[in-house]
Amino acid sequence: MEFILAIAIGILFASGIWLILRPRSFQVIIGLMLLSYATNLFIFITGKLAIDQPAFTGTSDAVEMAQFTDPLPQALVLTAIVIGFATTALYLVVLLGSRGLTGTDHVDGKEREVTHE
Amino acid sequence: MLLLTLIILPFLGAIAAAFMPTHARNREAWFAGAIALISMLLTLSQYTVIASDRLITYQLPWITAVDLNLSFRMDGLAWLFTMMIQGICLLVILYARYYMSPKDPVPRFFSFLLAFMGAMLGVVLSGNLIQLVIFWELTSLTSFLLIGYWHHRTDARRGARMALTVTGLGGLCLLVGIILLGRIVGSYELDDVLGARELIINHDWYVPILALIALGALTKSAQFPFHFWLPHAMAAPTPVSAYLHSATMVKAGIFLLMRLWPVLAGTPEWTWLIAAAGAITMLVGAFLAAFQHDLKGLLAYSTISHLGLITCLLGIGTPLAVVAAIFHTINHATFKASLFMAVGIIDHETGTRDLRVLSGIGRYLPYTAALAIVAGAAMAGVPLLNGFLSKEMFFAETLSVGSDQNMWLSIAAVLMGIFGVVYSLRLIKVFFGPFNPTIGKTPHEPARWMRFPVEFLVLCCLVVGILPELSVGLLLSSAAKSVLGEQLPDYNLAIWHGINAPLIMSVVALVGGVLTYIWMRRKGLFDRARAPLIPSWLNGKQLFESGLLNLTGSMAHLERTFGTKRVQRQLLVIVLAALGAFSVIGFSFEHIDATTTPHRLTLPFAMLWLVGCACAIAAAWQAKYHRLAALILVGGAGIVTSLTFLWLSAPDLALTQLMVETVTTLLLLLGLRWLPPRLHQGKPTVRKIARRSRDLLVAITGGVAITIISLVVMFSSGESRISSFFLANALSEGGGSNVVNVLLVDFRALDTFGEITVLGVVAITVYALLRRFRPAPESVGMPLQQANPIDPVTRQTVAEQVSHGYLLVPSVYISAILPITFLVAVYFFMRGHNLPGGGFIAGLIFSVGLITQYMLSGTAWIELKSRLQPHRWIAVGLIVAAITGMGAWLFGYPFLTSHTAHVTLPWLGEIHLPSALLFDLGVFTAVVGTTMLIITALAHQSLRSTRFIASGVATPPPPYQEDQ
Repeated sequence: MEFILAIAIGILFASGIWLILRPRSFQVIIGLMLLSYATNLFIFITGKLAIDQPAFTGTSDAVEMAQFTDPLPQALVLTAIVIGFATTALYLVVLLGSRGLTGTDHVDGKEREVTHE
Repeated sequence: MLLLTLIILPFLGAIAAAFMPTHARNREAWFAGAIALISMLLTLSQYTVIASDRLITYQLPWITAVDLNLSFRMDGLAWLFTMMIQGICLLVILYARYYMSPKDPVPRFFSFLLAFMGAMLGVVLSGNLIQLVIFWELTSLTSFLLIGYWHHRTDARRGARMALTVTGLGGLCLLVGIILLGRIVGSYELDDVLGARELIINHDWYVPILALIALGALTKSAQFPFHFWLPHAMAAPTPVSAYLHSATMVKAGIFLLMRLWPVLAGTPEWTWLIAAAGAITMLVGAFLAAFQHDLKGLLAYSTISHLGLITCLLGIGTPLAVVAAIFHTINHATFKASLFMAVGIIDHETGTRDLRVLSGIGRYLPYTAALAIVAGAAMAGVPLLNGFLSKEMFFAETLSVGSDQNMWLSIAAVLMGIFGVVYSLRLIKVFFGPFNPTIGKTPHEPARWMRFPVEFLVLCCLVVGILPELSVGLLLSSAAKSVLGEQLPDYNLAIWHGINAPLIMSVVALVGGVLTYIWMRRKGLFDRARAPLIPSWLNGKQLFESGLLNLTGSMAHLERTFGTKRVQRQLLVIVLAALGAFSVIGFSFEHIDATTTPHRLTLPFAMLWLVGCACAIAAAWQAKYHRLAALILVGGAGIVTSLTFLWLSAPDLALTQLMVETVTTLLLLLGLRWLPPRLHQGKPTVRKIARRSRDLLVAITGGVAITIISLVVMFSSGESRISSFFLANALSEGGGSNVVNVLLVDFRALDTFGEITVLGVVAITVYALLRRFRPAPESVGMPLQQANPIDPVTRQTVAEQVSHGYLLVPSVYISAILPITFLVAVYFFMRGHNLPGGGFIAGLIFSVGLITQYMLSGTAWIELKSRLQPHRWIAVGLIVAAITGMGAWLFGYPFLTSHTAHVTLPWLGEIHLPSALLFDLGVFTAVVGTTMLIITALAHQSLRSTRFIASGVATPPPPYQEDQ
């Protein structure tokens, strides 16, 4: 399980890096989304990997740490997801604005000079 | 408390003064004067306490763990400086009332002046050294504003910038020095530091500390080689010069040296550094002063020279020298302030300060002339005036340094005295001789009250000069005692000590000065454009300016060499740097616990991620030519992520991720239509292949690295103690059993509050950006089905399609579902504190319901019918959250403390009502507002673009040339 998760994070990350290095703004936004999944998962796994142990303490007062998953990374990730949504929206609007103003969807706002070699 | 008032009063006054009407000169001056007067009276009221050698302290603990407290402390020395700062401020305010032209914006002037006074008081009254440095830098900043007061003038801007650069840099050195000092002592409290002399001077860091602190003090006090900023600061209005460069700003360096004298002085290093700097400065300053043509320039260099004298006294290191230094500080403040003001009057009345032009104005300004002559005589060290006394003490001290053969310092002192007489004579000369008719207007005596400050200060010079023991004896001894403690020497403040060496030196200086003056006048040395003997390249201002130019030039060069405007290259650097940093941290992680047994591999989980990974890779592959496909694939990866959260006991995360996924996909879908079409193109060039291979390599390396680090993280031991605290206290303290939600709305509520604020800001930014947005021509034409002329739908508007077209059924259907969606949202909201749910999730569910309505009914229809005002939702959400947080104040708890109540309602049974629920309601409202604002703003663009198409503006663009 750990190995699968680690590999999954790696692949999400690699796809994301590949995409944010591309020249088209849409590629970059997709790359950022993939990167944010990878990062959220990474933060998540710094806690405890637990199955069927959600952090609902119920009404009992005595709380046994081992019974529950680690709530802290979860809270951090939850925040990160929502903020990620906001930044994606912002990026999208900037992307569209740049496209409208410059007539291209290149991240630099202008096409790379074609060099013949 | 009194000390706190003393500090806060000027700052409050500064704020209030800034808001007064622009041309209310009288009111401004009255107000500022009242502030200065009140603070001075407050200080005076403490005289008896100080005179009995007691300390006044005030402490307000802040971060005690690192010894940062608000700490004020007044002893004899601080009292003396405080009196000087406030007294001269009062006089300067009175003077400035008449000096400033009615055209000058006086609120700014008085506001800066009061702020400067507050900063200065902060320096002298600080009991904590870090705090002292903060006020120190504040004096640099406020003096910058004051020097640059006439900011339309280039010289004022330059002078201000130079003063700020030099003194600000010195302040930074001082900060480093103080931090080192505090590290040795283990405390930044002045009292602790003053008691740790042995520890400090025997420490290895003593020399660096001394050097750094000296840099701070010497730059501030304009000591050689940092003296060059002071003459250029003369571009300030004269009241500012009179205040900053006689009694306050430049004396801050002196004050610091006195303050730390007990712990730093007395070593050879101290003497060499401080006394040498002082001696050179006093000679260079006096020499250059004699060759100035500008009256204020003359005073500036003479200030440098006198500051050098005081620094030199402090550097000598004997207790008696300290007494002399304090005494000369008082004397210099009085005669120099009065001289600056007198020069200001001359400037005001004649319109010039040029020594070559001014002549014979004494007949028109008899009172001013008399006052300036007395003050100038005090500066020259003429007997019966205060300057004479302290200068003689200085002469006596120079004799005590070194042996009988080593007379250098004494000779330097006498030389300084000679040049002091020369420049004082040059100053006084303007009143005598024939009146120069080239002076445009006939000067006449200024207003009665403009002269008053000068009269008062000159009176002080006389009184101190004639009756020293009676007038300042007690002040001086209490100030000296607070520096010297038990080692206070015997001294005698008398005018006549009999015929001794210092007296002979004084006489030599006076007579020699007069003779030199006459000789130099005969030789025409005063008419030279520059001072002789100093090479022309040795010009502090030139060196400073060219140094700055070189610095900015080389930085620009660096930027051209290493900078890039290309986003791709920047991102590549960021990725590589992040990878590097990450690897260093990740691979040096030591807590790998080999005994951790991995979870058993489950086939469904593996299958899940097989799909997820395939989605990610495919999205990366297709994002260029098949955007829609890539979007769907990313959604797939997102859903797999969400399922993973669900699998691994994080239902809240899973729900949030799912909802966010939905909304994000919709957003991107809305944006897709404006992106240019991209068609496959011929074979890529070699260069492109190389670039792609490089990026692929970086991507794969990054992926592998993060995989390894993830494994390291998962197999490392150690349980988070913070988390167990949250788990144990969620119910008892936060009143909820869903720990994640309690964390969000209670334990870390401030975080969440910040987050919803960010959401609101982003939403409004998006809205604002889109308001001016002109969408690019749509790249996709109408689908064939919609463009088919046979279909009646193509002749209907969207609104008609909804009201009686083919969209009628789904829109009715969705209208029926909408309330149910809202109910689900409410349900998730209410149970959030104990079970999966909460404000974020409920808000997103609510938004998804509304968005679905949008999609089916069309933007125009919704905008017609709906009174949804997303801006207000955001505002209301933030306000509710903030008020809930502030509610805790009413009960005496910190911001955002929550309280839980259980209420039993009919039908619904017991309801769990923590105050955090209200906070969560704020979160909910803000999230709904944000999501809706972003989506509607974006969706609204389609209306615009339809308008564009209708008016025939839009034509599908030609496909772009592919390049990569």
